[in-house]
Amino acid sequence: MIAPRKIRVDLKLIADLVAPGSRVLDIGCADGTLIDHLYREKNCDARGIELDMQEVQRAVAHGVPVMQGDADTELVTYPDGAFDYVILSRTLQAVEKPREVLAQMLRIGTHVIVSFPNFGHWSLRVQLLAKGRMPMTAGWNRMWYETPNIHPCTIGDFFALCAQDGYIVEDWLAADEQGLRTPWRRSRRLANLFGEQGLFLLRKA
Amino acid sequence: MDQNPAFPETQHQSLTFSQGLALDCGQRLDSVTVAYRTYGTLNATRSNAVFVCHALTGDQYVAEHNPETGKPGWWDYVVGPGKPVDTGKYFVICANVLGGCMGTTGPRSPHPDGSGQPWGVDFPPVTIQDMVRAQKLLVEQLGISRLFAVIGGSMGGMQVLAWAALYPEAVFAAVPVATASYHSAQNIAFHEIGRQAIAADPSFHDGHYWRAGVRPERGLAVARMTAHITYVSEAALTRKFGRKLQHAEGLSALGDQFAVESYLQYQGSSFVQRFDANSYLTITRAMDLFDLAAEHGGVLANAFKGTKTRFLLVSFSSDWLFPTAQSRAIARALNHVAANVSFVEVQSDKGHDAFLLDEPDFHTTLRGFLAGCAEHAGLA
Repeated sequence: MIAPRKIRVDLKLIADLVAPGSRVLDIGCADGTLIDHLYREKNCDARGIELDMQEVQRAVAHGVPVMQGDADTELVTYPDGAFDYVILSRTLQAVEKPREVLAQMLRIGTHVIVSFPNFGHWSLRVQLLAKGRMPMTAGWNRMWYETPNIHPCTIGDFFALCAQDGYIVEDWLAADEQGLRTPWRRSRRLANLFGEQGLFLLRKA
Repeated sequence: MDQNPAFPETQHQSLTFSQGLALDCGQRLDSVTVAYRTYGTLNATRSNAVFVCHALTGDQYVAEHNPETGKPGWWDYVVGPGKPVDTGKYFVICANVLGGCMGTTGPRSPHPDGSGQPWGVDFPPVTIQDMVRAQKLLVEQLGISRLFAVIGGSMGGMQVLAWAALYPEAVFAAVPVATASYHSAQNIAFHEIGRQAIAADPSFHDGHYWRAGVRPERGLAVARMTAHITYVSEAALTRKFGRKLQHAEGLSALGDQFAVESYLQYQGSSFVQRFDANSYLTITRAMDLFDLAAEHGGVLANAFKGTKTRFLLVSFSSDWLFPTAQSRAIARALNHVAANVSFVEVQSDKGHDAFLLDEPDFHTTLRGFLAGCAEHAGLA
């Protein structure tokens, strides 16, 4: 018997957006905790893609279906509309081509759930303004020359991209570093200033 | 025939199917015998059966001492009580492939013309799919309509793919390991060296060697030596042997000067004691003929359309005979039909043979995958 695992709060927030019994693909699923949760708690047919082979092995050894692969290259292999939800949690800023990955996600899934660290947070703005150096925070904690986060964006930027590419924002919220919901969901400007993470539920127009 | 030194006979557990088998080549075998072994207990709902497919030179003795070699079962690391394929939980079946020489119908079996002679080189060419159809007869005879899992490495992995493509409803989970959906030109080329070595052996007698009471041992040994090199990696050979000399004294062009040479010669000479040359020709050809996509309009994904089977693909980083790219290509084809796919490349420097050896990462992954599938199948 496989013991269920405890789930991070930010993953819980994502899981809450998923309707029970859905087909789900989790991109950058790490050890598959969210997939396991969606299967056990919501009876979803969920699977994942993960780049890091160690994580993939951990997931599969836990009975979770995960394939090793790169979001930038693997998504093209899935058929249109294969999933009800395609999830990309805290990974969009690290892929080679975020805009294309997003487009692929919306091709293979009816709904897309994306979360990313918000580069518009006030502490990052203050650091850049005051020191003139790339900001370092709990979320942005690697030097510019070694960070995997090669495509930082703000909540404002993301809204703009959705408008530009014609995606409908079905739901969105700002969260703090722990993934807890923050109270700025009425105002995009305040969310962009005070939210440490953005979480979006999208569909095609 | 029992006394003929070309064919040492051991009694193997088997079932004979008098309805015969239509082969891909268009010929028909009027009767087919399948030699097999089982381990563990079939549960009341007949839902815990795991079929293990063996590789080119393997046999049905997957988890017990081999009666012909006296060695432990060929997948001792993987199948047995408490092992990743746990015979305490699963009912494991392994059968000698069609065309083999361990009791299943093959070139060594009596020719149906009543001459009392074996088929020999007249044995019809068989395919991987023919092998699987023969296995299906056995599985049905054992009263099993759906296998919980089909597992195999190398040529065994090809059979797993063929099982999943031919009988998707009968396969809950499929684990093709260190394999490919077709045999590459390079793989065919290596096989051809082996076949030519056998044919060039004066003891081959155009495939009728039993009449002379001999075996093409030299040729078969060279075939095995060549093949063996493809089963290991350069790093593994270096680690095991490096440039170590077997005999310090003297210089000779031929002979076991280097340690790696005597190792290969041992591999060759021990192989000829247990394997029939005509079977080797038949089975290598079956592998060469394998191209699952070609049977489905050149699109591999079409072989798995609508599949409900849960797949685990495993490759090994230093395997150059069935490299990771080929497993990944299968995983992508399965993605095309939105199949449930897990895919893992295990870091190993042991080459293709890694699937048979002590690879804890592989074993942990396989065990967990099966446990997850057991839960989904209602077995856990």
